[in-house]
Amino acid sequence: MYTTTEILEQKIQVAPTGELQDTGDLVINIGPQHPATHGVLHLVITLDGETVKKIEPHLGYIHRSIEKMCESLSYRQFIYSTSRMDYLSAHINNHACAMCVEKGLQIEVPRRAMVIRVLMDELTRIASHELWWGAMAMDLGAFTPFFHAFREREKITDIMEESCGARLTMNYIVPGGVMNDIHPDFQQKIKEFITQFKSKIYEYDEMVTGNIIFQNRTKGVGRISKEDAISYGCSGPVARASGVRSDIRKLYPYEVYNEVEFDEILETAGDSFARYMVRVREMHQSISIIEQLIDNIPEGDFQAKTKAVLKLPKGEFYTRVETARGELGVYIISEGGTTPYRIKFRSPGFSNLSALEHMAKGGKLGDLMATMGTLDLVIPDIDR
Amino acid sequence: MDNESIKSQVLEILPSATFDETGEWLNILIESKSWKTFAHQLRSPAGLNFDYLFCVTSVDWKTHFTMVYHLTSTAHRTSIVVKAKLDRENPEIETVSDIWRTAEFHEREVYDLFGVKFLHHPDLRRLFLTDDWVGYPLRKDYDDPINMIKL
Repeated sequence: MYTTTEILEQKIQVAPTGELQDTGDLVINIGPQHPATHGVLHLVITLDGETVKKIEPHLGYIHRSIEKMCESLSYRQFIYSTSRMDYLSAHINNHACAMCVEKGLQIEVPRRAMVIRVLMDELTRIASHELWWGAMAMDLGAFTPFFHAFREREKITDIMEESCGARLTMNYIVPGGVMNDIHPDFQQKIKEFITQFKSKIYEYDEMVTGNIIFQNRTKGVGRISKEDAISYGCSGPVARASGVRSDIRKLYPYEVYNEVEFDEILETAGDSFARYMVRVREMHQSISIIEQLIDNIPEGDFQAKTKAVLKLPKGEFYTRVETARGELGVYIISEGGTTPYRIKFRSPGFSNLSALEHMAKGGKLGDLMATMGTLDLVIPDIDR
Repeated sequence: MDNESIKSQVLEILPSATFDETGEWLNILIESKSWKTFAHQLRSPAGLNFDYLFCVTSVDWKTHFTMVYHLTSTAHRTSIVVKAKLDRENPEIETVSDIWRTAEFHEREVYDLFGVKFLHHPDLRRLFLTDDWVGYPLRKDYDDPINMIKL
């Protein structure tokens, strides 16, 4: 443990001065403004020549203290701030919070709402993976894939916009069900999207997956073993690429996930290419889930009848869902009032980032981009 | 592995532990000074094998802090919650970052926002806030008249 003076002294030692130190190490900064960090992440990297010796993430550039804010917001209001955490999985964040409140109040969600929620979740997952895929290829120097990814992603955001009224921060899933019923064209538009997606997805493999330059830059890069992935608390595609069974949809099914058929994608290599393959294959699984549900949206209410003011009973409630990035946990401690006493978001990106140094240490600086790209970091999710 | 067998195994390791089964998972309440040795035994592959620490946080109860650790065993697929009470004036507990590597970041976060000191932590500094920040925002008595949203 350090005293304040020691902390300050240590800060001076690792300060991002960029000076050559006595050991011959070079300290460089990546970010907070850098295209490869996809947001305001600041990495202080100690290099020995081209080899990475140490990575120190400096966080907090977009820390809004959402947990503290939520302590003064009601159970209907706090969900809106969670769309701003992992903005690419806004639906799934809302979903986790709504489920946690429902668990506390023991609200029975109508089946129609459950199916709509799962459809939205899977569309979000595809949209998120599409964006990651384009940005990841761009990190490694291929610019064209970005446009191909956005061609399909745009369709999904259009579908979202029709039903939710928003393209990014949807706030569509609320305690008791969903905010409003789906748009009449919802099913038709999704079917069109699936047809388009299936006719174009081969381009992804042609352009990037089978590309020899891409494979050489990702295979064997940023490897993490199964044991280490568990120890670092990795979840989502990062853990599954190392062979850790971690899909919450399979392990602790929620909503209608136990009724649909899909595979939990597992790879064993644990390198950047394995993480890439997990996400690409997951998109196919999401399409399959959507296909199974799209013609089976039951009639009925889209929202359960709930009181205007929600009061959770005294106690602790924890829900976990699988976002596009991994396991999101929502932990509410209630004292029986209209606002949570304490709320904690266990965000997937935070734990995945902590494994970055372990993955990239000893590798080359150029490989760090591939490793960071396949971690799929969303900084507001880490900072909260 | 059901709660009863976990309870009996925990009592063998730590006779002073008490339990609370009102929540979704088994809550194990321990004294903060016994945490480190207890954690080693929770993690030991031959024993309970809780290898996945998925959530570390703290709660300010105005009179004391409670450290909350959520653990899962990837082999047995069971989850438990370990809680340790900390003194509010001088909150400190042993680090477990050498047992579960993910704890290093999570403990820095708790130190940053609650001011809980983790003894023998390899790099205990503020994580989100600047180094010259005064106070610990997630404490209940923290007040920021400019930046805080109150309704």
